[in-house]
Amino acid sequence: MAEPLVRARGLVKRFGTYTAVDGIDVDIAPGQAFGFLGPNGAGKSTTMRMVGAVSPPTAGELRILGMDPAVDGPAIRARLGVVPQTDNLDLELTVAENLLVYGRYFGLPRAVVRERTAELLDFVQLADRAGDRVEPLSGGMRRRVTIARALVNDPDVVLLDEPTTGLDPQARHVLWERLYRLKQRGVTLVLTTHYMDEAEQLCDRLVVMDRGRIAAEGSPAELIATWSTREVCELRFPLTEGGPGPAAHADALAPLVARGLAERVEVLPDRLLLYTADGDAALSAVLAHGLQPVSSLVRRSSLEDVFLRLTGRTLVD
Amino acid sequence: MPSAAAVSFFRQRLTAHRHYWRSSAIGSVLEPVLFLAAMGLTLGALVDRGPGVPGGAGYLAFLAPGLLVAAAMQTATGESSYPVLGAIKWDRVYEAVLATPACAVDLLAGHLLYVGFRVATSATAFLLVLLLFGAAESPLVVLAVPVALLTGLAFAAPVTAMAARLEEDAAFAALQRFLVVPLFLFSGTFFPVSQLPAALEWFAYATPLWHGVTLARELALGTVDGGSALLHLGYLLAWTAAWAALAARALERRLVR
Repeated sequence: MAEPLVRARGLVKRFGTYTAVDGIDVDIAPGQAFGFLGPNGAGKSTTMRMVGAVSPPTAGELRILGMDPAVDGPAIRARLGVVPQTDNLDLELTVAENLLVYGRYFGLPRAVVRERTAELLDFVQLADRAGDRVEPLSGGMRRRVTIARALVNDPDVVLLDEPTTGLDPQARHVLWERLYRLKQRGVTLVLTTHYMDEAEQLCDRLVVMDRGRIAAEGSPAELIATWSTREVCELRFPLTEGGPGPAAHADALAPLVARGLAERVEVLPDRLLLYTADGDAALSAVLAHGLQPVSSLVRRSSLEDVFLRLTGRTLVD
Repeated sequence: MPSAAAVSFFRQRLTAHRHYWRSSAIGSVLEPVLFLAAMGLTLGALVDRGPGVPGGAGYLAFLAPGLLVAAAMQTATGESSYPVLGAIKWDRVYEAVLATPACAVDLLAGHLLYVGFRVATSATAFLLVLLLFGAAESPLVVLAVPVALLTGLAFAAPVTAMAARLEEDAAFAALQRFLVVPLFLFSGTFFPVSQLPAALEWFAYATPLWHGVTLARELALGTVDGGSALLHLGYLLAWTAAWAALAARALERRLVR
C-alpha cells in the first residue's frame, strides 16, 4: 500500500470530561473513498475536524498528507477540500462570489480562480445560477455550491461530513453521481454518513464507529460477510394484546434453529429476523413448521444489518 | 502588516458590502448628518446666543467633529457585534474560512481591516458634509478621519472579543443601551464633559470615545497641541492593541477546539 494520506494511531479527542473520540487507528490510502459510519454522537464529525486540521487532538498520533497538523495546519489545509455537515456558505454573496473569494485564501491568482469557478459551477450543474444570491437556493443546490467551493483549490483529499443528510432523493442521487466522478478522477474522498446506501454506493473502505471507538473495519462486502449472513428472512407477526409475541414464536422455532435453520435469530417487538445463507429455504421451513406470520420478506443482507448489529438498536440522541 | 489570508477575508467582506452599502450608509452617514442638522443648526443657534461652549467656538463647529467620531463608534460596534456572532454561530462563515490555510488571527485582522474601511469611508463622507455646513475652522480637520478610524478600532476590538464569547445575542442590546448610548450622550460629543458631576467626568476621561472626540475637535478647531494629541493617540493605540490581543485569543478559543 502507498504511504497513507491520513494515518491515526490511538487518536483521542476530549471536551472537558467528555471523550468524543476514544483511541482510534485509521489509515486512508490515496485514491480511496473512505467512510466513517456510525450513529449520532459516535465521534465521526470530531474525527473529521481533527483530520481537517482545525481541531487539535487531545492525544495520539495524527499525520495528514505526511504532515503533523499541530505544526503544519495551514500547509495541510491548503491541500484539503472540506464539506462540513452544515453548509457554511457566505449568504451575503452570490454563488460565483462564494467560490471566487474562497479561492483567494489558497493564494491562487485571480484568473485561475475565475476559470475554476466557471468549471466547477458547470461540474455541479449550477452554471445558470452563478449570479444568484445563495440565500434563496434549495438545500440540494447549496450543498452543491459547498462541494464546488471545496474543490476550488484542486484538493488531494475531500472531507465530506454527512454530504447528503437532509436532501431529497433526487438531490442525493445527483450528488452521489458527482462524487463518484471525483473518485474516478483519483481524488481521495473521506466521508461520514449514517446512510447505509450512501456508504455502499461510494465507499471502498469503511469503519463503523460507536461511542468514540472503531467497532469494525473493512470493505462493504467484507463487513457484511463478517458481521451478517448472505440473506435475511423477516417474519412479521400480529401485535395482539395478550397474544403470543415474537418472543413466543422464537421459542417455537428453537428446535429448527438448533437444526441449522438460521445462524442467528433476532427478536424485535413486531418481527423475527432469521439471519441465514438461504432465506427462501428458511421461510419454507418456518411455514412447514406451522407458524403463520402475517407477512414475510426474504432479502439480501445489507450494511444496515451490520450497522445495527454493531451499534445496537437503541436510539442515540 | 496584515497577512495574505487577512486581506482575503477583508476582500470577502468588501464583496458582501458591495451588495449592501446603500443600507449601511444610512446608519453610518445619514444618521449623524441628521444629528448635525438638528442639533448643530437649531439647538446650536440657542447655545450660541447664550454663554456658548468653552473656547468660544460656534456650537456647530464644536459638535461636528464629535459626531464624526461618535458615529465611528456606532459603526464599529454595529459591525463587530451581530455580524461577528453570526459569522461564528449562525452562518458559520468563520468556520469556512478556517478550513483554508487561514488562522483565527487572520480573521481578526481581516475583520479589523474591514471595520476600518467602513469607518474611514463613512467618516470621509461625513467630513464632506461637515465642510458643506462650513463647520470646520482648521484644515487639520481632515485628520479627524484617521482619529475616527482609530476610535472605531478601539470599539471594534473589545466588541469582537465580547462577540467571540457569547452564545446568545441578547447582550448586544444591553451593550447598546447601557454603554454605547450613554457614551454617545455623555462622552463630550454634545457638551464638554466639564459639565458633568466630577465622578462622571473622570469616568468620561477613561473612555476611548472621549479621547477620540477631544482630539478630533482640537484638530477641527485648530486648537490642538502636540503633547495632549500624543496622549490621546497613545491611549487609543494602547487600548486597541490590548483589546485586539484579547479578541484574537477569544476567537482562537471559540473556533479552534
